[in-house]
Amino acid sequence: MTHLPFVAASYALAVLVLGGFGIGAWVRVGAARRRLAAVDPRRERAK
Amino acid sequence: MGGMDARMSNVAPAGDAAPSAGSSLHRFANPGRFLRLSEAVLPWLIAPAILLTLTGLTWGLCFSPADWQQGDAVRIMYVHVPSAWLASSGYFGLAVCSLLSLVWRHPLADLAAVEIGPVGAGFTALCLATGSLWGKPMWGAWWVWDARLTSVLVLLFLYLGHIVLVRAFDDPVRGYRSGAILALVGVINLPIIKFSVDWWNTLHQPDSITLLGAPSMAPAMLWPLLVSALGFTFAFAAIVVARLQAAVMERRIRGLLMARAGSR
Repeated sequence: MTHLPFVAASYALAVLVLGGFGIGAWVRVGAARRRLAAVDPRRERAK
Repeated sequence: MGGMDARMSNVAPAGDAAPSAGSSLHRFANPGRFLRLSEAVLPWLIAPAILLTLTGLTWGLCFSPADWQQGDAVRIMYVHVPSAWLASSGYFGLAVCSLLSLVWRHPLADLAAVEIGPVGAGFTALCLATGSLWGKPMWGAWWVWDARLTSVLVLLFLYLGHIVLVRAFDDPVRGYRSGAILALVGVINLPIIKFSVDWWNTLHQPDSITLLGAPSMAPAMLWPLLVSALGFTFAFAAIVVARLQAAVMERRIRGLLMARAGSR
């Protein structure tokens, strides 16, 4: 394959950006859901 | 807590809203309703995002033909072009949210604009970086002050300016208003990006795919590009909806904690 370092770097950056934002959003949603479950009185009553 | 929470709590319940554009938009301002809707929609965004992005990138990297002039460097296109499309359309989404925020004072539009900003900036940075990685072997330079490249760099600065501006005020509502005005002023850059290759003599090639004309690209390259672009679009939407879901829950947590602190 010609220009392999340039092609590989481009795909690596794409994986980094998409994966980074995806995992970041997933972690943030999980943390928010746990905290909300801990402080929401309606959820506490439902237990 | 900012004025947004007050506005969220003032949202009329479903069923007694007047049938106008503003009120139908405000149906989705109810945080509980938005959370339920986003929980249902998110799996239908994540699954195609992963499937289409992996298919498009693998197809482009391993199975599409090399270009007779550019060789395998053309494979950078399957990352660069979708990220460029998402950079511009993401900013358009940011501008629409800003308009909804300024005209209808839609509280979720404010939060959506805040959450689109960093994602759009990330895709714009990816577009510039992959463009640079494509430009070096083809043009012999990492960067040229070409109209297309410069206008996309301005787009990145607009995104970064929006990110900073919405967080620059103690009163979040003032930040949202200022960010919305910046976003709407910055819309002028979108046609400049689009037509820069027609208006000026640029090193960047003209568009290979247009809305009205036939694409000037072989189907063997066009199909993986479209699949990759669709995957990136679903990924962008999934990331924004997930971030917005988290932002709504975080706001609710802050509201509950402040209400508890106030009652003591």
